[in-house]
Amino acid sequence: MEQDVSNQWNEQPDERGHFGVYGGIFAPETLMAPLQALTEGYNHYRKDAGFIRELDEDLQHYVGRPSPLYHAERWSERLGGAQIWLKREDLNHTGAHKVNNTIGQALLAKRMGKTRIIAETGAGQHGVATATVAARLGLECVVYMGAVDIVRQKLNVYRMKLLGAKVVPVTSGSKTLKDALNEAMRDWVTNVDNTFYIIGTVAGPHPYPLLVRDFQAIIGREAREQIQQQAGQLPDALIACVGGGSNAMGLFYPFLADEQVSLYGVEAAGHGLESGKHAAPLNAGKPGVLHGNRTYIMEDENGQIIETHSISAGLDYPGVGPEHAWLKDEGRAQYVAVDDQEALQGFHDLTRIEGILPALESSHALAYATQLAPTMKSDQHIIVNLSGRGDKDIHTVAEIEGVEV
Amino acid sequence: MNRITACFDRCLGLGRKVLIPFVTAGDPNREVTVPLMHEMVNAGADLIELGVPFSDPMADGPTIQRSSERALEKNTSIHHVLEMVAIFRQQDAITPVVLMGYLNPIENMGAEHFVAAAVKAGVDGVLTVDLPPEEGEEFEQFCEQHDLAPIYLLAPTSTEARIGKIARSARGFIYYVSVKGVTGSQVPDVAEVAAKIETIRQQSKLPIGVGFGIRDAASAAAIGGCADAVVVGSVLVSRMEALQQTPEQIPAAIGGILAEMRKALDEL
Repeated sequence: MEQDVSNQWNEQPDERGHFGVYGGIFAPETLMAPLQALTEGYNHYRKDAGFIRELDEDLQHYVGRPSPLYHAERWSERLGGAQIWLKREDLNHTGAHKVNNTIGQALLAKRMGKTRIIAETGAGQHGVATATVAARLGLECVVYMGAVDIVRQKLNVYRMKLLGAKVVPVTSGSKTLKDALNEAMRDWVTNVDNTFYIIGTVAGPHPYPLLVRDFQAIIGREAREQIQQQAGQLPDALIACVGGGSNAMGLFYPFLADEQVSLYGVEAAGHGLESGKHAAPLNAGKPGVLHGNRTYIMEDENGQIIETHSISAGLDYPGVGPEHAWLKDEGRAQYVAVDDQEALQGFHDLTRIEGILPALESSHALAYATQLAPTMKSDQHIIVNLSGRGDKDIHTVAEIEGVEV
Repeated sequence: MNRITACFDRCLGLGRKVLIPFVTAGDPNREVTVPLMHEMVNAGADLIELGVPFSDPMADGPTIQRSSERALEKNTSIHHVLEMVAIFRQQDAITPVVLMGYLNPIENMGAEHFVAAAVKAGVDGVLTVDLPPEEGEEFEQFCEQHDLAPIYLLAPTSTEARIGKIARSARGFIYYVSVKGVTGSQVPDVAEVAAKIETIRQQSKLPIGVGFGIRDAASAAAIGGCADAVVVGSVLVSRMEALQQTPEQIPAAIGGILAEMRKALDEL
């Protein structure tokens, strides 16, 4: 593989997990020791040859990596601008990028002697990816999921149960992803001795934003090599959807030092940013502290976290990974938002033009590509992270369009 | 002298264990809280811990989370909580009040502004569940300038190095969380708690309060045997939940539970 470029963009976080002023550890005392143990465990095994080999083999033979970089020629031609390349994370085992991280964390759990895995999930993709690796490693698995999301994502709930996981409905607060995260934290506080908490995104207290980014960075490392082989150059822009931000961080990170590559994170504008019903903290929120880290969050005038809205359960989260907050403030990445309707259009476009059914999360990134590509020249290149496949969303889309399936 | 230190000096000098009730401000409505605080003092409480409601209380169990939700349904903000303390102070200049909550509402108000406003209202200490000393340097400076005590938690998982670090940052008293778990969880093992308290005492001269899992006079007395103070929360909050439709009955009911605990502690 070609030598990665490195500069100040690759040097975050600091020892205590800070990305500039963001990140850190804002956790209850009971978790401070287990977080420290996790940091030490990760720092040890990330350099351990046996661990790296096992992870690489699993990614190749179990997940099916490397995932292809596909030139969406027909769609690029329709849009009449830049060439669009899709990083096909939807082709991974379990159908999304989430498994890159759960494989890594589960191997870490096993080596750290933990016998029980817990996770939170929104759309259910992370829950499925966690239940999958837990089944394979023979670990007990409990997944916390908001009661609202359980209704929205019935199929994934059943998948998790088939895989042997216990799915616990969370009925507190807004009954969505943020509440599932609270509940998983509580479980961890109570069962720290035997339990490993697999967080699904680049948020939470240090070291989670670091280790999830590192496990997801395989997306960007592969894409950087593939685009140079297939297009003969680095891309001009990267586009990825941002809920917590793990697929975006995984794609962006290996390109951070390539300052000529523009980075676009796409948040969910829901019913529109001006409606207040959205999930776009980087566009319309402000810095605060939630779920163990300092980052951009959506809050009311008294500092209470407000309920978010998105057509896509996986983006329905009022916070965002701290490294994104830092990249925004530093101007290295730009964060834009597309609404539910635009995302739906992206979903249909890709399905009809390229024969690929994208997840509603990824459809936000696709929708922004339809805006950006026509402003660029045909010899320019955009990589869009197609972070997941859309089978799980068929019921949601059908319902919105009044179709009975 | 800070009211917290004065309170512990006075009580411990008399051989009296410090009884600390916790209730969430604004639960089940904003009118109940101040009369309830006075009633708790009458029933034998020495220091009051007042919960500042937060939408995402990740270290609390379901009982206290629901109390936060009830308070937020009545739009109880951090500003209202400070107002309640100021009103309480008009009639009680002695009983210390410690606010317990999460960092975001404080940051939203501005940490320095909050500290100044809290002291002005008559607050004596603040326990911010998700602000460990590693991230709390600036906040501690504001507290120091305004003579507000930053209260810290220690847990069964806290290492000796962390106990030392927290002992250096903490003021007022140290709050030892007696079990691995959230508020309202199982009854702690008294021998384990006693052993950990001895470890903490080797690194700190501050009095030690113990909370989480204390639900009646007997468990209060058991913990009071080794700690300087006993913190009781979920059992009070669940009684309040049961009485939410008849809030006028809450002060007397809570006072009743505390009076029994007071009696058990005084018989030690």
